[in-house]
Amino acid sequence: MVTISMEIQLIFAGVLFLIGLIGFLVRRNIIFMLLSIEIMLNSAALVFVIAGSHWMEADGQVMFIFILTVSAAEVSVGLAMILQMYHHFKTLDADALRKLRDDEKNYE
Amino acid sequence: MNVIFYIAATIAVISSILAISNRNAIHALLYLIISLLSISVVFYILGAHLVAALEVIVYAGAIMVLFIFVVMMLNIGMEEEAEKKWLTPGMWVIPVILAGILLGIFIYVLRVFRSETSGIEPISPREVGFSLFTTYLIAVELAGILLLAGIVGAYHLGKRKKKIFHRFSDTALDENYEDD
Repeated sequence: MVTISMEIQLIFAGVLFLIGLIGFLVRRNIIFMLLSIEIMLNSAALVFVIAGSHWMEADGQVMFIFILTVSAAEVSVGLAMILQMYHHFKTLDADALRKLRDDEKNYE
Repeated sequence: MNVIFYIAATIAVISSILAISNRNAIHALLYLIISLLSISVVFYILGAHLVAALEVIVYAGAIMVLFIFVVMMLNIGMEEEAEKKWLTPGMWVIPVILAGILLGIFIYVLRVFRSETSGIEPISPREVGFSLFTTYLIAVELAGILLLAGIVGAYHLGKRKKKIFHRFSDTALDENYEDD
């Protein structure tokens, strides 16, 4: 029999979100930043499922499926942008993208 | 079942911390897969069986494979010296422990809770699908448009532009030339 209070489940989701947030803020490798965004999205989806199971509604799981869709689209576009970044700058350091203006003539 | 929730939650937190603090991208992704599997256990305990299956299939299966594919395309952390470090016994201990606990939970649930329900009233996939295609039909169509935009965007961004070099020149003629 499951008798875990909703607070503990929500605290679990919050801790996961915090881990993702810390990873996003601390890491400068852009793949790890995208990975941290995945952790955060996943914990947000977890909150929806917790709420849905608390009120016995299917809506929470429906929202999970939508979040899954959004994160799949986000990851595919984000990884394509990472590939382009690597081809242009030859690095995965997010701090390398500080310059907004192209210095090289090739990119004019 | 309460104990299983706490164990799975602890594994999820530990492996997420290891995922964001690891230096090697492939190791971090494998830790994240363990984290997703244990969150799937939590979903199962919460009575969301469809979501637990989707978490394994789509997140741990599809999205993580996409990540690993890109990491391998960029040749990060795939040096020869790294290969030697992988095979030391110390590298295997923590992942094997975490995955082994998850396997233990799986076997325990299959053997002990075979006939009992999991306590919380499960929401059947039928209810979810019914709600998805009646109440949220317009959102499903919008999600389809979003995925289409994702496909087109990923194709456009992932396409490498071809550089054209003149025979006697070292510089590329036209950077923006696109091959068809």
